[in-house]
Amino acid sequence: MLRFILSKLLYLIPTFLGITMIAFGFVRVLPGDPVLLMAGERGITPERHAELSHQLGFDRPIWEQYLDFLGRLLQGDLGNSLVTKKPVLTEFLALFPATIELGLVAIVIATMVGIPVGVIAAIKRGSWFDQVSMTAALVGFSMPIFWWGLLLIILFSGILQWTPVSGRISLLYYFPQVTGFMLIDSLLSGQKGAFLSALSHLILPSVVLATIPLAVIARQTRSAMLEVMGEDYVRTARAKGLPSSRVVGVHALRNAMIPVVTTIGLQIGVLMAGAILTETIFSWPGIGKWMIDSISRRDYPVVQSGLLLIAGVVMLVNLAVDLTYGLINPRIRHK
Amino acid sequence: MNAFSRGLLAASVLALGAAAPAMAKTFVYCSEGSPEGFDPVPYTAGTTFDASAHPIYNRLVEFKKGTTEVEPGLAESWEVSEDGLEYTFHLRKGVKFHSNEKFTPTRDFNADDVIFSYDRQGNAENPWHQYLAGISYEYYSAMEMASLISSMEKIDDYTVKFTLSRPEAPFMANIAMPFASIVSKEYADTLEAAGTREDLNNLPIGTGPFKFVAYQKDAVIRYQKNADYWGTAPMIDDLVFAITPDAAVRLQKLKAGECHLMPYPAPADLEAIKADPNLKLDEQAGLNVGYLAYNTTVAPFDNPKVRKALNMAINKGAIVDAVFQGAAVAAKNPIPPTMWSYNDAIQDDPYDPEAAKAMLEAEGVSDLSMKIWAMPVQRPYMPNARRTAELMQEDFAKVGVNVEIVSYEWGEYLKKSTEVNRDGAVILGWTGDNGDPDNFLAVLLSCAAAGEGGSNRAQWCNEDFSALISQAKQTSDPAERTRLYEEAQVIFKDQAPWATIAHSTQYVPMAKNVEGFMMSPLGDFTFETVDLVE
Amino acid sequence: MTDATVKLSDAQIRRRMLADFWYDFRRNKGAVAGLIVFAILVLVAIFAPLVAPHSPTLQYRDALLVPPVWSEGGQSAYLLGTDAVGRDIFSRLVFGARYSLFIGVVVVMIALTGGIILGLVAGYFGGWVDTIIMRVMDIVLAFPSLLLALVLVAILGPGLTNAMIAIAIVYQPHFARLTRAAVMGEKQREYVTAARLAGAGNLRLMVRTILPNCLAPLIVQATLSFSSAVLDAAALGFLGMGAQPPAPEWGTMLAEAREFILRAWWVVTFPGLAILISVLAINLMGDGLRDALDPKLKRS
Repeated sequence: MLRFILSKLLYLIPTFLGITMIAFGFVRVLPGDPVLLMAGERGITPERHAELSHQLGFDRPIWEQYLDFLGRLLQGDLGNSLVTKKPVLTEFLALFPATIELGLVAIVIATMVGIPVGVIAAIKRGSWFDQVSMTAALVGFSMPIFWWGLLLIILFSGILQWTPVSGRISLLYYFPQVTGFMLIDSLLSGQKGAFLSALSHLILPSVVLATIPLAVIARQTRSAMLEVMGEDYVRTARAKGLPSSRVVGVHALRNAMIPVVTTIGLQIGVLMAGAILTETIFSWPGIGKWMIDSISRRDYPVVQSGLLLIAGVVMLVNLAVDLTYGLINPRIRHK
Repeated sequence: MNAFSRGLLAASVLALGAAAPAMAKTFVYCSEGSPEGFDPVPYTAGTTFDASAHPIYNRLVEFKKGTTEVEPGLAESWEVSEDGLEYTFHLRKGVKFHSNEKFTPTRDFNADDVIFSYDRQGNAENPWHQYLAGISYEYYSAMEMASLISSMEKIDDYTVKFTLSRPEAPFMANIAMPFASIVSKEYADTLEAAGTREDLNNLPIGTGPFKFVAYQKDAVIRYQKNADYWGTAPMIDDLVFAITPDAAVRLQKLKAGECHLMPYPAPADLEAIKADPNLKLDEQAGLNVGYLAYNTTVAPFDNPKVRKALNMAINKGAIVDAVFQGAAVAAKNPIPPTMWSYNDAIQDDPYDPEAAKAMLEAEGVSDLSMKIWAMPVQRPYMPNARRTAELMQEDFAKVGVNVEIVSYEWGEYLKKSTEVNRDGAVILGWTGDNGDPDNFLAVLLSCAAAGEGGSNRAQWCNEDFSALISQAKQTSDPAERTRLYEEAQVIFKDQAPWATIAHSTQYVPMAKNVEGFMMSPLGDFTFETVDLVE
Repeated sequence: MTDATVKLSDAQIRRRMLADFWYDFRRNKGAVAGLIVFAILVLVAIFAPLVAPHSPTLQYRDALLVPPVWSEGGQSAYLLGTDAVGRDIFSRLVFGARYSLFIGVVVVMIALTGGIILGLVAGYFGGWVDTIIMRVMDIVLAFPSLLLALVLVAILGPGLTNAMIAIAIVYQPHFARLTRAAVMGEKQREYVTAARLAGAGNLRLMVRTILPNCLAPLIVQATLSFSSAVLDAAALGFLGMGAQPPAPEWGTMLAEAREFILRAWWVVTFPGLAILISVLAINLMGDGLRDALDPKLKRS
């Protein structure tokens, strides 16, 4: 098992190196110049421009800048933002919990709703429940979530006024950030109503973000269940007269979960992409919005290190999924 | 406010009861973006200044609320020498800096703080000059302070003398700007000793009406009233900035009672805001101008008559309606009407496609094809350049001029638009920094600002105009300056290097119970005069 | 002689397969509905100038933000109302169908071609060629697709063409992986060995012999990518990085409409609905295709 993990990790090293190259290279070929953006309408003389470029190190050869980037990376230094002048890692760590919280709640919603729906749809194949839920799942799967978010805002925040419009918690609550997760921090603060407030802020964005993964998980669960229930051992179990709840619960569900777990793991990339849109619509202070802003401001260090960190996180999650899969299914380990 | 949030409010008042004094007044401002940092000096964005320079800091002199006039700030009084080169400031006594967990001031504000605040920007040898990686002082250098201030001298603890290298009338307005905010030298020394210099930017200490409490990146900034404020202490106890980049969301929050005041409403929402019984709307002409700058060095745009003819073809009223949704006034001069020396006697070119067509023909211009540059971003002086360009395209088609609209990524746009041989007329604009006409006319239209990398996008160099401008800059008599600037505007109108488009109106929607908010002609948002009434 | 018989039976087999496929596809009501909607969409796109009552870019200055015809204040000339500069929304949606279909087709073509070539080469040759190609694909897949597309568009410059290229680049690893896996599976089969012994060259082997047998998963992936491409292009447009105004691309329309969210619900609602309906139609078709082409699912 250890060798399996090690080999997986070793495999990641060249991939990660490739990612650093792409992140760095992309950012250097971005048209536009942060120095110009800082100057704005006022314009900047060529001399002053050269002076600032030199100060920021943009006038050195590309490969030298890259090696410098790698060298600092190894020391855990991801550079400083050109806009705020603060370390990129500090900013990332300040914003990442917001994205994680949103993503986790979304995946929990998607799983808690998606799996039961998929299972029931499979058992009652062809029933109205199956048809309605699978149609809904397909609609969800086809949803432009940026539009969906806007519609929900119009309905729930605008017309009904049930949910707050944006932000993570009512501004009336003020307590120290312990974990960075508003749901947990609000509980730790002991302030009455804080948790409810955090929850009411989280609900719309996480529902929007959960839409596509929910649809995918429901569909995947249904087809995995159908496949497993067609297998010989399930038929045998049925033929033996075991109660169908036992057949479904013990035999079918457990085996059907293997592909479903993989599907859930793969949704992390989808979630990150969705987070960019969701955070933009709901003004959610997470890393998706941060990346978009940084791209438009040509904040080189933030874009390159941000890309790297996000890719790193996705890679690690994929690795975790791989390993879990290896645990569930020993055959893979020895392949 | 709806039932749900009212419930929350009740709950929270109960919860806060133990910690805070009952009935603490919390004012929430839905700000439009995150501050870059809290040291106002290295940054240039108005958003940053609203969160740093205005609540936390003071300057030697301040803009009088609601005007661009200069009044005493941390300097109680000052004298200017006969030749206009020596400025002696007498500092206010007994001004206390804020304190925080890491720092408690042991002395009052004095001359050392003033000298430190300027020296760190202008003097590369100052240990604080590079206290953040890649820091630069754009405003300090843009206002040419380095070459302007030849020396600073501490006469005693409460007297500082600045010696200038040349007479400069806008100097007093310049040092009322955010980049001239005064920081505490004692705090800097404490941070230096602790090895946490970046805290000057993260945990700011100033003398302003509000104390910084906490910042949660991209979400919330919290301030507390400075009870020891040297001026009139604020009426509200807590000031909160809820960072909300989207205009529609800001309005939603305002309507839902989640904040009390917001900047920059979408023009499309103004009607709804006016109709809402729970809201009120302040408005004021903004200190800005949106313009279309021809390249006056390229034929046929080097001919003032051609430029004039094109200006007559533009239906400014339609642009004000469709692009600004009526939230602007059509511009005839390069400076806005709220600025002193605005020459209202000037007649705008009439909108007259027929006459324009005839004029073009008289100049021998036919089958003209040109480019109009439309910037890719929204700016306060131009909410939608693309839409403006489309309207102009139609207008020019009516006088037989074929227009191609081009655009570039914003940074590229700013750069390429300064190129001397630029092909096409460029839509751009300007928002004033300090209310001085020099800040518009010299920056945007003088010979010195022409050339690559300069801000004179028309590449327009008119000797007479430039002479007037520089004469005005060296004159300290306001009446004389006014006369010179008025004359310069006449030349501008006659030569028409730009089509002046509009001065956008600034709107500030707020809850009905907000009182005492004063709009700043400079577009600043300050809250020391604000109160909440029931 | 033998050659001719083989060809004939090939054609017969193909016709037979097609008939089977059509039979399976037709049984799926959703797929047929999707197909019909999609066909209508294609027709609307082709005949847009005939269907649309107005030009998509013409501004009626006296009819700004007119609500849909059934709402109070609606005008019969503007079926779904007008936008902020007085353009007819229905006409813009009709012309917008062209963009979406075009985007889908182009993205899938580029991604499919690129992916197939890379996958074939990697799977057929194996060894270090395979390692390098697949490593690069892994790297591309490590970035969230929309984020990568955003950065690519930022590099290439905002615009429809660049948005399509960016999305295609982000999608093609999926095709490369599928092709490679299929090729690896087929490579060892007897018919391939037989063809090789008969003297078929590498190229011929890859393209004529192996590729046709890997098509089913690729077709399914292509339909999936088609609908995702429409969605992602709209998302890029929404973020201001896709098609640029005044192009009546649906995502771009939504981006422009966002400031009117409180005042004019119709400028926000209809473009999004158009995206949803077309993506849904394509996905319905995709489901039908998959069920009809995938023998494993047919059994269950």
